[in-house]
Amino acid sequence: MGEYVSLIFDVISASVRQTPSWNLIREQLYHIGVMSFSVVAITGFTTGFVLAAQSFYQLGEKGLSAVTGVLVAKAMITELGPILTAFMVTGRVGSAMCAELGSMKVTEQIDALRSMAINPLSYLIAPRFIAGIFMIPLLTLFSAFMGILGGYLIAITLFHMPSSSYFDPMQIHISLFDLATGAIKAFIFGALLVTVCCYKGMKTSGGAAGVGKATTQSVVTSYILILISDFFLTMALNMIHQQMRYEWMRN
Amino acid sequence: MMIRVRNLWKRYGAIQVLTGLNLDVVQGETLVILGRSGVGKSVLLRQIIGIEKPDQGTISVGDVDITTCKKNVLYQTVKNMGMLFQSAALFDSLNIEENTAFYLRQHGDPLTQKPYSESEIKRRVREALAMVALEGTEKKMPSDLSGGMRKRAGLARLIAYRPAILLYDEPTTGLDPITAQQINELIVQTQKELKSTSIVVTHDIHSALFIADRLALHKDGSIAYVADPATFFTIDDPIIHFLKDHLSHKTRKGS
Repeated sequence: MGEYVSLIFDVISASVRQTPSWNLIREQLYHIGVMSFSVVAITGFTTGFVLAAQSFYQLGEKGLSAVTGVLVAKAMITELGPILTAFMVTGRVGSAMCAELGSMKVTEQIDALRSMAINPLSYLIAPRFIAGIFMIPLLTLFSAFMGILGGYLIAITLFHMPSSSYFDPMQIHISLFDLATGAIKAFIFGALLVTVCCYKGMKTSGGAAGVGKATTQSVVTSYILILISDFFLTMALNMIHQQMRYEWMRN
Repeated sequence: MMIRVRNLWKRYGAIQVLTGLNLDVVQGETLVILGRSGVGKSVLLRQIIGIEKPDQGTISVGDVDITTCKKNVLYQTVKNMGMLFQSAALFDSLNIEENTAFYLRQHGDPLTQKPYSESEIKRRVREALAMVALEGTEKKMPSDLSGGMRKRAGLARLIAYRPAILLYDEPTTGLDPITAQQINELIVQTQKELKSTSIVVTHDIHSALFIADRLALHKDGSIAYVADPATFFTIDDPIIHFLKDHLSHKTRKGS
């Protein structure tokens, strides 16, 4: 745990003191962002389908089908968008990061970097970290958008909801706070998954079997940390929001 | 003295690998360290180049004690050093040209602190690859090369940036005798051209005799003896006796 926390500080310090070259960052932006676009789009879109269908059936029985759009949007923006995007990126990119760094570790390539006076944290991890914390919030927003769009398609084609019933309540019930919640969560999840996967990669030992083991551990650990941090972030952000609302009403 | 190692201790878990090791390497010489597997020869090289920190002891490279100096001083010192790893440790996502040019692109010219021009990088890469007879492999990936070629490419990566200190970790291990001899000749040629200080860790006594100015025996976690090759074989030690017998090509039948 101490080593992991130390790695986070070292990576942030390395990123600030000696900004990695733009080429390295661009390469990671492409791998993390562009290459994850389709998988995030499909995940968000299909989750939107399911959310809209479940909301319509469950809430329709109680005469609340009109909140389908709001429910889909709230869920996608504040919870499912960040979580599903983080999970998808962990599975697609995080595991590959861990395997690549692990393979470099066991074949002495990381030692070769050090022997050439190149800090592996600056050269290998900082570009991934910077690209991760920038791209994952963007992917999350895109996922949420696709979810809302997916829900809309189901709502108007299968349940014959008017467009206005789907979108209009969103203007009242979706606040800037919801968007901030989604973005903050995505930022934290991005930092978590990149650092966990890189840490596991850098600590790999034991040849090819060790690389496989480290990769599995990196994915499982990232998922668990994302879920735990999601709870604490939800609680903390809602408390802050309530406090702000209370202050605003008092004034 | 170029490299001075004093009272070096290193432990991995329950295994005490280095036990108060002392070693002096003179500027411009090639020192070959012999010893049985697992005694910590590679560990010593990794301490000298700063990849790992010792538990105790000092390593001075020139005037710098790399065990206590600041990180930026360590990086400046290591910039003048190079290591050929046992596996060659080429970056497998880069082709041979990119591998050879890697240091030059990362650090630029150490004198002017400016990046090298692409034409200068290309010239130095071409020269380095020609020196190890790997012309025409520029666009190949490390996985496309044989073990011997990878070792030569690793050496070209060092030659391209001309470090003052070269460390070789078992450069001929796993190679056939002809390729091993090619590597030995390259080590000697590199030494002559770069006028560098070299430390070579090897099990190969034939190789050691071909390249060494002095031989050292690493035994029980420390350097037991250091001497020129002629004196080295007069030392009364079971391992040195075995090496001498091995050199005389005795077969099991005594022929």
